[in-house]
Amino acid sequence: MTTPRYSPMVTETERHWQALARQRRLYTGLGLLLLAMALAGSLWFANETNAGKFWDRLPHFFDFFGDMIPRDGWEIWRAMFDLESPYADGSLKYDYPVGRVYLTENIYMPEYVFKMIETINIAIVSTLVGFFFGFLLCFLAASNLTTRGWLRGFVRRFLEILRAFPEIVIAGFFAAILSLGPVPAIIAVAIHTIGSLGKMFFEVVENADMKPDEGLRASGGNWVERVRYGMVPQVLPNFLSYTLLRLEINVRASTIIGAVGGGGIGEALRLSISRGHEAKTIAIILLLLTTVIAVDQLSAWLRKRVVGEQAFTRVQGAVS
Amino acid sequence: MSAMTAEQIDDLVGRYPEVFNRSFLARHGKSLAVAAVAVYLVFAWNLFAIGQVFQRGNWDIAGSYLADWVSYEVRPDIAYQDGYLEVEFPRFSPLGNDPKPDWLVTEQAEVTVVTTTETSPAAAQAPAATGFLVPGAKGTSTGFMAPGAATGGSAPQAGEGATQPVTTSERKVLPVRADVDMGSGTVLVEPYRVTLTRGAESLVVTAGSDGIVRADRELPEWAVQRREGEKIVAYFGFDGRVEVEEDEVKIRQRFLGWENFVFDPSSAFWNRSFGDVAATILWGERIKPEQSNLSLAIDNFLNNAEWQHGDVYVKLGQTIVMAFVGTLFATAIAFPLSFMAARNITPSFLTNQVTKRLFDFLRSVDMLIWALFFTRAFGPGPLAGISAIFFTDTGTLGKLYSEALENIDEKQREGVRSLGANPVLVQRFGVVPQVLPVFVSQSLYFWESNTRSATIIGAVGAGGIGLKLWEAMRTNADWENVAYMVLLILLVVYVFDTISSRLRGLLIGKGQV
Repeated sequence: MTTPRYSPMVTETERHWQALARQRRLYTGLGLLLLAMALAGSLWFANETNAGKFWDRLPHFFDFFGDMIPRDGWEIWRAMFDLESPYADGSLKYDYPVGRVYLTENIYMPEYVFKMIETINIAIVSTLVGFFFGFLLCFLAASNLTTRGWLRGFVRRFLEILRAFPEIVIAGFFAAILSLGPVPAIIAVAIHTIGSLGKMFFEVVENADMKPDEGLRASGGNWVERVRYGMVPQVLPNFLSYTLLRLEINVRASTIIGAVGGGGIGEALRLSISRGHEAKTIAIILLLLTTVIAVDQLSAWLRKRVVGEQAFTRVQGAVS
Repeated sequence: MSAMTAEQIDDLVGRYPEVFNRSFLARHGKSLAVAAVAVYLVFAWNLFAIGQVFQRGNWDIAGSYLADWVSYEVRPDIAYQDGYLEVEFPRFSPLGNDPKPDWLVTEQAEVTVVTTTETSPAAAQAPAATGFLVPGAKGTSTGFMAPGAATGGSAPQAGEGATQPVTTSERKVLPVRADVDMGSGTVLVEPYRVTLTRGAESLVVTAGSDGIVRADRELPEWAVQRREGEKIVAYFGFDGRVEVEEDEVKIRQRFLGWENFVFDPSSAFWNRSFGDVAATILWGERIKPEQSNLSLAIDNFLNNAEWQHGDVYVKLGQTIVMAFVGTLFATAIAFPLSFMAARNITPSFLTNQVTKRLFDFLRSVDMLIWALFFTRAFGPGPLAGISAIFFTDTGTLGKLYSEALENIDEKQREGVRSLGANPVLVQRFGVVPQVLPVFVSQSLYFWESNTRSATIIGAVGAGGIGLKLWEAMRTNADWENVAYMVLLILLVVYVFDTISSRLRGLLIGKGQV
């Protein structure tokens, strides 16, 4: 392709372009090679330190799925609604009616439904607590409302610590003081929620329109009044939207915390999986799946009503 | 401001009905919502019995648990005997075996130890079994200050089968007085008499042979006796506490810091200065002939019995690996699947729906359930964690990717297609360059967020530091290890946060994350 017809400038440009392309390809190749090496090393390490080796365990993996099939399809139904099982032999596996929670003489709530409600309530309470404190703190962390640098910095660092501290440690610490149960789970999830909602809230406040605030300042409003009448009305819809989003995440988080000792459905699931109670496991999973999807849909619908379509740019899961 | 007349008011109300005559909901909606939340909180308070739980909570211990994060206790017991004291440190004390700390000074004197042995054939076979009442017997006389003192004389002298007490008395050098410096106070222990001093106040506690503990005056604020005649506990603030009981004094002195963080007492390098250790490693003679000093030091460090550095690092590595491999696999699988799910790229409604519902399923089943499943299947360890993150994130990333694909600019594809490129090349040059930065940025975000969540799912057995953390917390005694691991986790999360946001910033420019 090297033809002397081009002027020296064009040849020079072409040479530069080729060099650049080579360099880019080299970097891409090196990057991919690095990634592949990191992956290979990671996989080897994971396999070495695992209790069972991958290739040894793989056949058992399918066994395990086979083991998860209950004796008949109706068992799942019975496990979910605590009905008598025809296979009842006094063992924990088929003792579905034992867990009934009687509301009145005859009407009962199935065990897992009750536990699911407990978990949802953990999530709601901790979201409310998180909303309350996040709401109070966010105005102090916003640069357009709090001019004192030290105060702003202090509140921001505080929120960061709350957010970054592993939930499980907070839950474990309070479990040691208050004994295992839902209350440590509420505290743990709530503390994390304060941190993350506080951060999102102050970002909303910083992007707010400052004209109402100016008006209030001009007419002599003090700081609280400026926040109350100038800021809150315009940021509240976004706050509510983020809170609903957080609620979805908290339902999952409280399930997980439940599994490590916080009570609720998470614990029931962990126990039934580790004991190999297939019908109970599937019943709980179905219940969880339905609840998570229902909460997601409900919250999406509410968010749409509160802030309109633009709130959908941030997809769930994208918040840790 | 002058008052308005009634007509003016009516006029205003008439002109702005939307301000003055709002619907009930518009006027009271907010108060109603607040009231509803309040009612709900009362309900929740009862549902979880929050008040009761807080009341029953063991709040006294909370302070000491918190203090454990950054400090440790040394717990010698000083038992009174007739005329002398026995100072004993527990096994595995942070000060090593047979410690002589400078805050606990004993005064030695020669005392007569009277030994009474109940001789019987059984006792003859096991003379040391009578240890409890026999201070001179083997095992008890080795208290603390007199390891070299004579220990003979406890051997039974009586004839076979006879059961009669044999009394031997001997002279020994034993501690008779112990001075304990508690930092904010002092404790002077003599047999059956303890003098506690904090600030200007001092308190003499005597323990009678009748087993009753008495103070010489009314107890000051810093000392507590729960029940008449039983133990008196004196508090010295952060420096710990002293429990005076009828037969011994329990010293619980607290020191700031992490004890034996580098080497434990069983190591040859324990309790030596940094310079000394460095010199031994570099030039010193081999402590073990078959191993160099450096590798011995590393071994001792990693196998530190109290801190288990080696195990902690392996578990932390697992957590990092879980997040990395899980996210990478999820990206690799979600990438092609998202092209199938995007309706502008794959025009088949059936394929779109099947893929999208698959994503929804993977996402909704939740990381916890996957983690529990795979822990059962692969056994506890990082493989379960990797699989759990992989499954959940395939769903989430797939959904995000396909949404990004559905929002692309169609013009580039048209342009490439108009040149006659085949479908694969159209995607490669018309679509991928547009979405790749977004895809990579989202994957990086999830990598970072998974580093956090990998900690939690680890606690259910899916590998990583989570389980270790949870176990350390369950013992209620290893809070300093919890602090250490939390610190490491925060460090790792911070490092990966920074790396990931740097990379994201490079990819799509700042401010668009």
